[in-house]
Amino acid sequence: MMKSKADEEDYWNSSKFKAFTFDDEDDEFSRLKESKQAVNSIRQLVDDDDDEDDVEKVSWSGEPVGSISWSVKETAASNQRTDREPAFPKITTERPPLNKSQSGLSLSSLFKGGNLTARSLGDTSVRLFAPELRKPKSEYKDFVSDWTPVETVQRLQQGKAVSLEKFRSLQDKLLLLDFAVAAHDGNVITAVTLFTLFTLYGLEVLFRELESRQTALRHFIHYMTETRDQRLLLELLRSGLTWTFNSSSYENKRRDFVKSCLSLPFSPEDSAHVQDHYTLLERQIIIEAADQRAERDGKMEIFQRFPRKAPILNMPLITTLYYCCLYHYNESEGTYSSPLNIRQTFKISEKQYFATVLAARAKLKAWADVDALFTSRNWLGMMKKRSPLSFQRVVDILQKNSAPTQVLQEYVGLVDDAELRISLAQKHKCHDIVINTFRDMKDRQLLMEYRKKVERGSAEEKKIDQLLNNVQIRWKN
Amino acid sequence: MAHGVRRDSPKVPDFSLLKRLARDQLIYLLEQLPGKKDLFIEADLMSPLDRIANVSTLKQHEVDKLYKVENKPIISASDQLCFLIRPRIQTVKWICDVVNADKAIGKFRRYKIIFTPQKFYACEAVMEEQGIFGDVTTDEWAFYLLPLDDDIISLELPEFFRDNFLAGDQRWVRTAGSALHLLHSLYGPFSKIYGIGRCSKMTYESWRKQVEEGEQRPRQAEIGSVFLIDRDVDFVTPLCSQVVYEGLVDDIFKIKCGCVEFGPDVTSSDKSIKVMLNSQDKVFSEIRNEHFSNVFGFLSQKARNLQTAYDKRQGMDIQQIKVFVSEELKGLKQEHRLLSLHIGASESIMKKKTKQDFQELLKTEHCLLEGFEIRESISFIEEHINRQVSTIESLKLLCLLSVTENGLLPKDYRSLKAQFLQSYGVDHLLTFSNLRQLGLLVEQQPGETLTVMESKVGKLVNDKTAGKLTDAFSSLAKKSNFRALSRKLNLVPKSDEEYDLRVPRDMAYIFSGAYVPLSCKLIEQVLERDGWTGLEEISRLLNGHEFAVIGSSGVDSKQENDADRIILVMFLGGCTFSEISALRFLGKEKGCKFIVVTTAITNSSRLLEALMDTPV
Repeated sequence: MMKSKADEEDYWNSSKFKAFTFDDEDDEFSRLKESKQAVNSIRQLVDDDDDEDDVEKVSWSGEPVGSISWSVKETAASNQRTDREPAFPKITTERPPLNKSQSGLSLSSLFKGGNLTARSLGDTSVRLFAPELRKPKSEYKDFVSDWTPVETVQRLQQGKAVSLEKFRSLQDKLLLLDFAVAAHDGNVITAVTLFTLFTLYGLEVLFRELESRQTALRHFIHYMTETRDQRLLLELLRSGLTWTFNSSSYENKRRDFVKSCLSLPFSPEDSAHVQDHYTLLERQIIIEAADQRAERDGKMEIFQRFPRKAPILNMPLITTLYYCCLYHYNESEGTYSSPLNIRQTFKISEKQYFATVLAARAKLKAWADVDALFTSRNWLGMMKKRSPLSFQRVVDILQKNSAPTQVLQEYVGLVDDAELRISLAQKHKCHDIVINTFRDMKDRQLLMEYRKKVERGSAEEKKIDQLLNNVQIRWKN
Repeated sequence: MAHGVRRDSPKVPDFSLLKRLARDQLIYLLEQLPGKKDLFIEADLMSPLDRIANVSTLKQHEVDKLYKVENKPIISASDQLCFLIRPRIQTVKWICDVVNADKAIGKFRRYKIIFTPQKFYACEAVMEEQGIFGDVTTDEWAFYLLPLDDDIISLELPEFFRDNFLAGDQRWVRTAGSALHLLHSLYGPFSKIYGIGRCSKMTYESWRKQVEEGEQRPRQAEIGSVFLIDRDVDFVTPLCSQVVYEGLVDDIFKIKCGCVEFGPDVTSSDKSIKVMLNSQDKVFSEIRNEHFSNVFGFLSQKARNLQTAYDKRQGMDIQQIKVFVSEELKGLKQEHRLLSLHIGASESIMKKKTKQDFQELLKTEHCLLEGFEIRESISFIEEHINRQVSTIESLKLLCLLSVTENGLLPKDYRSLKAQFLQSYGVDHLLTFSNLRQLGLLVEQQPGETLTVMESKVGKLVNDKTAGKLTDAFSSLAKKSNFRALSRKLNLVPKSDEEYDLRVPRDMAYIFSGAYVPLSCKLIEQVLERDGWTGLEEISRLLNGHEFAVIGSSGVDSKQENDADRIILVMFLGGCTFSEISALRFLGKEKGCKFIVVTTAITNSSRLLEALMDTPV
């Protein structure tokens, strides 16, 4: 639907509206636009009856449909007046509305005509939402306004030029700020907050006033976060004004930075976490340096067998523990990299410790270590397997690390629940367990059924046959 | 429900107009910088831009080279640079660096920034601070709304959620108001507006003021009512795993701007394919709203039909084959291609989702929704954390636990938080702080009696028993809002009843019959009652901010027309595909049509990722 370029140029050259394109003055556009808008609305204000606004008389109709200019057409929507009653009622938002008496003018009489072109009845093809067209140069003039706070906020919302310099007393600034907040337009709130704040001297005044203005404060903090102004954010933090420390003030993970964070006002619980984080970082730096050397020198065989994928710096605690279980499992408790030492220092829960050690040792296929992990002596000195994790989960972890059937079998057998045990055993092809469980259940039918599933001529088949032929078992079916 | 007379769904307004408007305005703006220019486009604007214009459109308007905005020095020989960006300070700062670098070597160029959908004063403040204000011209591209499908319109502003609900920055309120205003001008006037939530209220006010300031010509309305809803009214729904096809595809493959990229495992070739997912895709449009368990059956039926259609050509004479090739073959081939893609996708989903982990995850979610076996769910979550499985899944379960239980017991909160930080890194302290601020993951403030009793009993018995006792006690304590809401609105159907997912009887089917999405249930109730009367208790539990207003613009309410049956639902902070499916279902039941306007399409991962604060 676009016309060719030649056509467009043709159009622009022949158009009677040529004067309205400032092809060489882009630099001044935005400012001009703003002043133009200012001028426009003023005129409406002082000369409210004048319907025949020049801008609105500009009619772009008659252009060939499909051209670019067609696309930016702005019809004279404001030929109709807006003195109708507002169609929808105002609802009170959370904040009680501010005293509007400062402005003698109603909002609708102040500004009319957005840049939206309404679509007329029956006209289904040409309805456009166009940017405001530039006005002829003659219309620009310097204009010093004297807007009330509410008008200023209104103009800011509409993207029109305002002058904030006249709000000089603290009281004026704060009044302006409160009106901005009441308008619920974050863009304006930020604009006014920045203006009022950066023209204030000491941070104390600023913080004092912001404390009672949470909405403005949050906009300010968000702006600081976005601009990554860490200095001011930290000041805010120390003053206790923000409820949390902020991402940008924390994004640098260097140890020194974390150390400096230790003094920030955290809750006691969080402060312990930050302290732990610092301890962990210190430790990781030491471990990393030592392991890098060991890896380079080729002294430790384990690094050749399982080359390190990434440095351990900045990794979570459990990852660090896993790493140490891989590379430093048998170290004495005295070293920084010993898993036991880590467990002690950071008070890792038994479950979490087990799950991690298990995964790491299974990864290395160190089945003896896995075995030892679960073995404990009870008070009679008997060896017994116990686990803080359910054995079902243990099997799951082992299986994910491709443990051989013999190893899996041992742990599947430890699952308490018979049904679960059978389903796990079947899934992992631990035939012995299935067969034994059926035997214990004295379920001949199931055993016969299972015989079909095992390989022909295998040891399992033989075992089943033996059981089925065993006359001493009293089958229940 | 479903007692009302079922009618054909009304015709949906033509939203492609929105695309045309946006494109035309962009072209106009590009022409404001005459001559050849290089265009830098913000990364997340590329897909939306693709939906409304193509490269040749841009080239036609003297765009020479196209670049993605990356925060690094530019290589461009053009003497005119145009930047098409979101109003983000970091991007503006980068542009400042580009301009200042040019200045330093005495290179003269013209620069233009086009902000979309609007510019912020904060951006100009940065330009001023960096000393380039005036060297760069700025403009606004009012590209508020992108129609993703016949009934989905997106603002494509994922940051809306975090900025508004977490940072408390109201910068997008006016944007949302303007978007609504645009719809009102083109498809209104609206007859009724309902809403709930603080942001909804502010958006309504912003819209109302803009209507007052502007003009509206009398025209035939194409949209009747509007419902505004804040995302924080209902966090439960987006936290649940999606099991309706479109939602599942989004959860697993990530639908971006109505488009998904299927990897080699789906295409069963060595390359990825990008596919548009919308009502134009005949296969997709039939399965998108189906529970996943029905999808395979449908696809295989479809495959059989296709086979029959192909087989027809056997025994045809030359003339018939000619007709077949010219008339049917193309359609069949197209269908064949789509079918094999969706079958591939379903297989891939099956592989991922039939794993035991997912079954257990779903089971835990359902328990949490029902308020059943909470202790077991907590240990499931704990193990999940211990094994360092997906951070997002752990967080999602924690949040679901907290939101449904009205907070975690302090003991559980501390222990789970400590383990979480150990497993996934202490940086997540920030995540926890964010989640607390939003009320997504909080510590319960137990009643005093409860604490005393609990601690006394806790000393007497061992841990396991104490856990059980605690459960018993918490049931005596203040009921969580979700539980109360769930009971009052009947969100969790009784579990002993069979639920036939093939013939859904209510919106719960989108969560396997386990839960009716709160957001959609609210919409249904309010529309049914034509306001909030009778829902006072509900809105109190949702922290109020509800409203229902009727326009006086002379719409004859007695005269029934199609517009009354077109209902626009605007989600502030994002909505999920599951919610859209639920609303489509509701629309069919009620003989109306829902148009979903959302600040972005979200799901549990996007929601939580937006709240994570881990350094890069």
